[in-house]
Amino acid sequence: MGQLNENDLVKIKDGVSFIPGASALVGPLNRIINWGRAGSIWPVTFGLACCAIEMMVAGSSTNDLDRFGIIFRASPRQADCLILAGTITKKMAPVIRRVYDQMPEPRYVLAMGSCACSGGLFDTYAVVQGGDNFLPVDVYIPGCPPRPEALIEGLITLQKKINQEQGRWSQLV
Amino acid sequence: MESTGIIPRLEVSYPDDVLHSYQYCGQDVVLTRKKHILDICSFIRDQCAMNHLMFLCAVDNSRRKEAIGKNEYERFEVVYQFYSMTTKHSIRIRAQVPDDDCSIESITSLWPGADCLERECFDLMGIHFSSHPDLRRILMPEDWKGHPLRKEYPLRGIGEWAGYETLKEKSLELRTFDYRSSQKGNE
Ligand code: SF4
Repeated sequence: MGQLNENDLVKIKDGVSFIPGASALVGPLNRIINWGRAGSIWPVTFGLACCAIEMMVAGSSTNDLDRFGIIFRASPRQADCLILAGTITKKMAPVIRRVYDQMPEPRYVLAMGSCACSGGLFDTYAVVQGGDNFLPVDVYIPGCPPRPEALIEGLITLQKKINQEQGRWSQLV
Repeated sequence: MESTGIIPRLEVSYPDDVLHSYQYCGQDVVLTRKKHILDICSFIRDQCAMNHLMFLCAVDNSRRKEAIGKNEYERFEVVYQFYSMTTKHSIRIRAQVPDDDCSIESITSLWPGADCLERECFDLMGIHFSSHPDLRRILMPEDWKGHPLRKEYPLRGIGEWAGYETLKEKSLELRTFDYRSSQKGNE
């Protein structure tokens, strides 16, 4: 066994390196976990209105969310991100909350489109005026609907946010 | 589209029920009283080959002052659009429903597909369809108060729906388990 040289390490990102041949990562646990989480955001397949169409486009080949490690999961129990893609009606809100409550920690919420951010143009009896009334929203994406590029920007913002977390892995939530 | 010839036949068969009729964009329209609507519909279906119910909806006439003054219009009307698969004709029946007796006979016995359409009319406009097999709300939550498409219903609703209030309280309670709030000691 020779000495491990600094130059033998493959740098993955700031503070996280890979040791070739040993299948091992070196770096602070915080950074490694955040790197892993940011690189595998699995949103639950869940659309609410017209914005969901744009979310599907973001997942298809032209924009290809898979290259960010973002893979839609059909069950909230396997997912760690909820994209509020569309108009949230009051009748639907308890259902959305239930989907969120079924997701294991760590979990993140993206409000996609003006409807999910603030109710949008539907300031009416039936529509929730913003998803943050009953969910902790992490990223807001404006637009009606936001283009797939905007959704990708929102997901990259979420990745940045995840990368700044401190010790979320040690929380007994 | 040429006339279907149904209007004169209706006027002969139901002289007391037909209030008024006209043609619009080549389509026959008949205003009727609500009392014998089931008979009229079955006459149209069986005698006039109008075998398809395209849609059924309700109208709130309360802002049509000039129309109500004419004595033909009531506060509400239920609009039936029928189509004939064989003759490719369509006809519209507008049955007048007064405010003080806001109910009309259900046509689910003739077209089972009217079930959901009538439930929607009941839900949003508050028109009761007697002899409907299962008249529940279809779009709004079951414990919703009021009928949102009536003209007097305010855009932002009357009060808050109890289910939504419960949800907001519950989510406030669950907020203590969020990552951010439990993180404070760590900062
Ligand atoms: S923001 Fe616009 S596109 Fe998105 S759900 Fe609302 S109305 Fe539809």
